[in-house]
Amino acid sequence: MDRPSWAPTDVDLELPSAARVYDYYLGGSHNFAVDREMARRAIELWPDLPQVLQANRAFLRRAVRYLISQGITQFLDIGSGIPTVGNVHEVAQDALPEARVVYVDVEPVAVAHTRAILADNDRADIVQADLSDVNAITADPRATRLLDFSRPVGVLMVALLHFVPDDADPAKIVSRYRELMVPGSQLVLSHATQEGRPDQADSHTALYERTTTPMTMRSRSQVAELLCDFDIVAPGVVFLPQWRPESPADVDDRPERFTGYAAVGRRE
Amino acid sequence: MTRVRRESFAQLWADAVAGTSYVSMGRDELAAHLLGLTDRLIDAAIAPDFDPSVAHEVGADLVAAHFTGTETLGETLALITGRLANLLDGLTDCPELAARIARLAGNIAAGYASALRERTLDEQEAIHRAGLVARMEAERALAASEARLRAMFTQAAVGIGIGDLEGNITEANPTLLRMFGYTLDDFTSLKVSSMVHPEDAASVWQAYEQLICGERDHFRVEKRFHRADGGEIWTHLTVSLVRDETGAPAYQVAVVEDVSERHRLQARLHYQAYHDPLTGLPNRAMVSDRLAQVFARPIGSRRIGLCYLDLDGFKVVNDSLGHDVGDQLLIAVASRLAGCCGRGQLVARMGGDEFVIIVEDSCEEDVISLAEDVLAALAAPIRIGDYELIVTASIGIVERPVAVTTQADLVQAADITLYWAKADGKGRYAIFDRHRNEQEVARFTLSTTMPAAVERNEFFVDYQPLVALADCTLRGVEALVRWRHPTYGVLGPEQFIGLAEETGAIVQLGRWVLAQACEQASRWRADFGDAAPFISVNLAPRQLREPGLVGDVLTILADTRLDPSHLQLELTEQALMGDEAGPVEALAKLYDMGVRIAIDDFGTGYSNLPYLRRLPLHDLKLAGSFAVGLRPALPDLVDERIVATLVNLAHALDLTVTAEGVETIAQLERLRALGCDAGQGFLFAPPCTPAQIDALLRAANPLGGPGTGTRAL
Repeated sequence: MDRPSWAPTDVDLELPSAARVYDYYLGGSHNFAVDREMARRAIELWPDLPQVLQANRAFLRRAVRYLISQGITQFLDIGSGIPTVGNVHEVAQDALPEARVVYVDVEPVAVAHTRAILADNDRADIVQADLSDVNAITADPRATRLLDFSRPVGVLMVALLHFVPDDADPAKIVSRYRELMVPGSQLVLSHATQEGRPDQADSHTALYERTTTPMTMRSRSQVAELLCDFDIVAPGVVFLPQWRPESPADVDDRPERFTGYAAVGRRE
Repeated sequence: MTRVRRESFAQLWADAVAGTSYVSMGRDELAAHLLGLTDRLIDAAIAPDFDPSVAHEVGADLVAAHFTGTETLGETLALITGRLANLLDGLTDCPELAARIARLAGNIAAGYASALRERTLDEQEAIHRAGLVARMEAERALAASEARLRAMFTQAAVGIGIGDLEGNITEANPTLLRMFGYTLDDFTSLKVSSMVHPEDAASVWQAYEQLICGERDHFRVEKRFHRADGGEIWTHLTVSLVRDETGAPAYQVAVVEDVSERHRLQARLHYQAYHDPLTGLPNRAMVSDRLAQVFARPIGSRRIGLCYLDLDGFKVVNDSLGHDVGDQLLIAVASRLAGCCGRGQLVARMGGDEFVIIVEDSCEEDVISLAEDVLAALAAPIRIGDYELIVTASIGIVERPVAVTTQADLVQAADITLYWAKADGKGRYAIFDRHRNEQEVARFTLSTTMPAAVERNEFFVDYQPLVALADCTLRGVEALVRWRHPTYGVLGPEQFIGLAEETGAIVQLGRWVLAQACEQASRWRADFGDAAPFISVNLAPRQLREPGLVGDVLTILADTRLDPSHLQLELTEQALMGDEAGPVEALAKLYDMGVRIAIDDFGTGYSNLPYLRRLPLHDLKLAGSFAVGLRPALPDLVDERIVATLVNLAHALDLTVTAEGVETIAQLERLRALGCDAGQGFLFAPPCTPAQIDALLRAANPLGGPGTGTRAL
């Protein structure tokens, strides 16, 4: 990080934010005109985009339910964004009321909003930090109050690592989280890819260059590489709708339209 | 209406709306959820009392489940208006069914719209509030951060100043104000350019210009500043450029650390390292450094002069009057020396009572005149307390081009030259003389190699006949030592005996010569019987003081089986002039043993005849200078009378007289007429090898006739 930790984060509401654009794709209104403008242009270029992100959100829901079925009761959701419909604490606490959730985001508006939503929920909270600042996250009292790292934790990096460029070494970041995950912990990952729709990926990446969070698309093997130290659970690294669908009808005829890979890895 | 029909309608509905909005449900959950809504709609449609508000709630329910995509509403209305009537066909006889369905559809739309409007407004409000909260948080963090920065600025131990790009000083922290002694108002009315110090390196202000232009981001220098009170501070200064968000230079920040104290300490340590604490003059280290500087750049014809000065008899002052007086004297001398020196001249104390003056870009006359000035300056008595001291100094002068010498050579030459000035009589200067130095170096070399040369048999002995003047017969021979030096060739005794005397090598060498000579004499005695000559061997003063002398002579005589009466020892008057009794006692013992004793070179010293009377002696050898005075071409009546007197006196003391340096028949005749007993000189024979002496003995002719000398050779 370039700025010292005590220097304040800038709040610029004139810039679109990935979190709020995502909310718009999902039909939410937790967004500003700049976000909607950005989203509309993206959809113009890539009309399937709302479906892709809905598929991503549906994967998140299935993955959380899967983790609960595996005995996970505490979740660390990195890059949580705007806690729009179907967020982790809703899904998790719906299935398991005592489930504990700590969100992490660096974007101050998303953090403020999350805090407002969670005002009455004493089993969920948010830490404002950057993904790479692992120590700050695990030492934050808001996190330590809810999470017990001596027990398995579900760590979620859903639609997150494509905002980390290669030179920031995402594999290294993943490995640092792995170090604090005791065996039995699980890592949930989804990641944008150019595979499936190479024709649209470049223009989409170009559009995100203008946001505070530019994108780096990665291939299936690159995504698998990020999880190389985990046991990837069935069905492996697959397109979003193909990951443990609830019914065959949920899987589209052309799953590659949903240009994102999903996977869950277990720490042994 | 059967359950199955309702379920299939809900399934149709789910299929129609799937993907139109994101809801947090799987396909089955969705169908189940919509079945509930289907039930409510159908129940309302066929109820006896028609209440369309149920449909309003269903519309709101869709929004609540996050069916926020408006396509969902379109698909829903199409399904209800298109398929609900068919589904109810045959299940109700309500005549208003079509109108009821239309009302229901309208209410779903109204309920959906108003719920979506509410939801949208709520979410917008929520996100705006979140934006505000985030901003407030950021501002609070900013304020806290600014407070921290401000505290850092005001409480920092280093001085911090901020200036604009025009060089106006806009802010200064309290430390900086204290450091410079200015008020903030003073400071902010200043320009950076007014902070120039005359000793600033040009590079400092070049760096500053580059910084202001954005060509560099910071620079760090050691720089002096003037304080408000006129004093001076030394600082470590770091100036950094701060740029705006576009990267253009915006303002400058100077961080100033006061290092004056450290600097003063360094300066003091430096001064102490290079100065003599007693006199305040530069010291040996400074001299060494200064010379190193000169010799580092021996450009062209540059010359350097050195006066190496040492007080004469300083030790006496110190020992007799005490160190305090000695120190005061050194201080006074230092001050007089400093008074003699001008630009380009450095006077330093090397230690003790040694001083040096370096003259840069010198010429020899200047250095000599400086030395004369120094001697003159020291001539006046120096008053220290009750004492009026007169000091003199000796000075060694070296002056030469820098390019032809080295620092070490120069200092060594000055040191040697100082020694010459001392040896030449003190209170004077001596100028380095390369020739003299080479001679001394050669002498030094000889003296150090002499002991080894004795071992290596580089010495040999020649013998010069001593002749009875009455009949010109050979009576004795004088042993003369020679050195066959591997480098310098054959050297005579005058070239190394003095040196051997100084170094003490004479003792070993003298013993060797005595043994050689005695052995040779013994051989002649064996070969020629009574015709064999006695042997005369020189004894150096140092040998005479050697306690083992008598024992050595006895041993050698015994070893060579030579009768003591066949040995004569020659020694100079000076050798007997000391206060010690040892030499005279040794002489008396040898005399008693029967060894002949001769005084060599008589007439060159005090020629103290009454003193001679008390000594055990046999013979006086008159110095060659007397024979010179007896030449017929220049008859010197005074010399002749002196010789006559000496011969008479010697005879009165019962001593025989031998004349040295006899070269002509005329001299021979005069000496014979004056009563002189014996002679030695080229008239009779030069120094000869033992074989030549053998030949003379075999011939048994008188020596000194015309041509006899040459024949002997």
